[in-house]
Amino acid sequence: MLFKETKLLEKQMDNFLDILSESALIFLDGVSRYFKKETEDFNSSLEKVEVLENRADNLRRDIENRLYTETLIPESRGDVLGLLENMDKLVNGAKHTLKEFSIENPYIPEEFHAEFLTLANTVQKGVEEMVQAARRFLSDPLSVKANLHKVYHYEEEADRVAEKIKRIVFSSDLELAQKNHIRHFIINIDSLADKAEDVADRLSIYTIKRSI
Amino acid sequence: MIFLLYLSSGLFLGWSLGANDAANVFGTAVSTKMLKFRFAAIIASIFVILGSVISGAGASETLGSLGAVNRIAGAFVVVLAAAVTVYGMTRIGLPVSTSQAIVGAIIGWNLFAGLSTDLNILVKIVGSWIASLFLAAVFAYLIYQLVVRLNLVLKIHIFRLDAYTRLGLIIVGAFGAYSLGANNIANVMGVFVAISPFQDIVVGSVTISGTQQLFLLGGMAIAVGIYTYSYRVMMTVGKNVFKLTPQTALIVVLAESLVLFLFASRGLHDFLVGHNLPAFPLVPVSSSQLIIGAVIGVGIAKRAGNIKYRMLGRIGIGWIVTPIISLLICYLSLFVLQNVFAREVVAKNTFSRQISTESVTDSNILNNVISM
Repeated sequence: MLFKETKLLEKQMDNFLDILSESALIFLDGVSRYFKKETEDFNSSLEKVEVLENRADNLRRDIENRLYTETLIPESRGDVLGLLENMDKLVNGAKHTLKEFSIENPYIPEEFHAEFLTLANTVQKGVEEMVQAARRFLSDPLSVKANLHKVYHYEEEADRVAEKIKRIVFSSDLELAQKNHIRHFIINIDSLADKAEDVADRLSIYTIKRSI
Repeated sequence: MIFLLYLSSGLFLGWSLGANDAANVFGTAVSTKMLKFRFAAIIASIFVILGSVISGAGASETLGSLGAVNRIAGAFVVVLAAAVTVYGMTRIGLPVSTSQAIVGAIIGWNLFAGLSTDLNILVKIVGSWIASLFLAAVFAYLIYQLVVRLNLVLKIHIFRLDAYTRLGLIIVGAFGAYSLGANNIANVMGVFVAISPFQDIVVGSVTISGTQQLFLLGGMAIAVGIYTYSYRVMMTVGKNVFKLTPQTALIVVLAESLVLFLFASRGLHDFLVGHNLPAFPLVPVSSSQLIIGAVIGVGIAKRAGNIKYRMLGRIGIGWIVTPIISLLICYLSLFVLQNVFAREVVAKNTFSRQISTESVTDSNILNNVISM
């Protein structure tokens, strides 16, 4: 009975991490399709992320309920729940940003597209490394560090690219309102890397706590 | 009926042992909610009774060799003195062991009866207390190293590890409760063995000896202690005294249980002697102090910088202070019971019999020591 419950939870955690990884890839696709003005494909990306976000929420709640009702991993329960909630914010962030692209339809001149894609790509890599770190934390905590330093690297890289775009945007001839609008999207995309970094910080502490 | 009345001190000590020492086996498992208290109490009760009845005789014989209390009123006082010592020292927060209290009380009875205490056996017992503490530390150190390596190789998922740890805590807890019963029943009922009125009961091909019936009663008293009072002790031990992770608790309890078993198992003892190997003496040791030893062993393995070695000093003081206090309480109580309440606490012919059979007794004890 206990082992059956355990197997189910392992599967659910795996699914949750798969969703996270997939959301980051679809987010990258969505940003790329927005710049290519492939509206239908962009909307499809947004819909997919919305579905994934919904599934991630349900999975998170179900895992939380099981952990509490079956009083599983009492020592690490708080850590795993904190991890789930923070990782869930990443999927929410990806959905939120794509939705804002859809609603606000920001005007972003073509000369900024490449830098924007570099930023989105860096963010996606950071999230992927974070997902790998979370997977390792669950079964091989000592090896987590190998991924964590990559998460930190991509977060710094994302900050650097974001700053670079902001400088170019604000030194351009665009209207101030447009500049501010573009800045809003730069911050939104960059914030996903910050969220991945927050999860990495937690993983770093949890790993120390998990060593017997 | 009178016997049962006198046995009440043993039952009280058994209750106290169950209330306090079950926490050494299931404390962390219950306080961290890895196991429910009711489940842990059922497992602990069943296995402590099994351990007492099946394997309790060895350590009990050693206590009998230290001092053969020959009057029921005397046995009552010996056990009561130990119980009062344990209660008093626990109240003032000093580390105390039932085993050390009972040994002091038996020596008190010997002094009152004018009998000499066999120093060889006493040295053997005290040596076992010291050795058991270090053995628990060594076992815990080695098991910890093994578990760390297994974790590295097997890479077990956190949820599956949780399930294995729960299973381990149940199995090791059952083994620990069995070993606790086997090793510590001597403290509770050992001094009553020689004067027990219970006759052997034969049921088909199974014979339940009088001693086993006595140990069954003691085991039941321990079980009552577990049910009625150990929850609070478990929560205190698990949350305040030794705050361990479930996996570390598993290592510590396994080390403790192995040491308790080594000092209680007649089968293992006979096997080692039969193969000309050094055998562990069958001596009641302190489960609380074994836990401290095991925690220190894990601390050394983890290279933790905050090991409280002062705790070892406090245990060392306990080895001296506990028997002395228990001895004094026993001696004074025997005096009061004999002279105020006019109860016979020592058989009248003990002294003359001692002189006439001194050489025989010594050779018997010597045989016991050699066989240990």
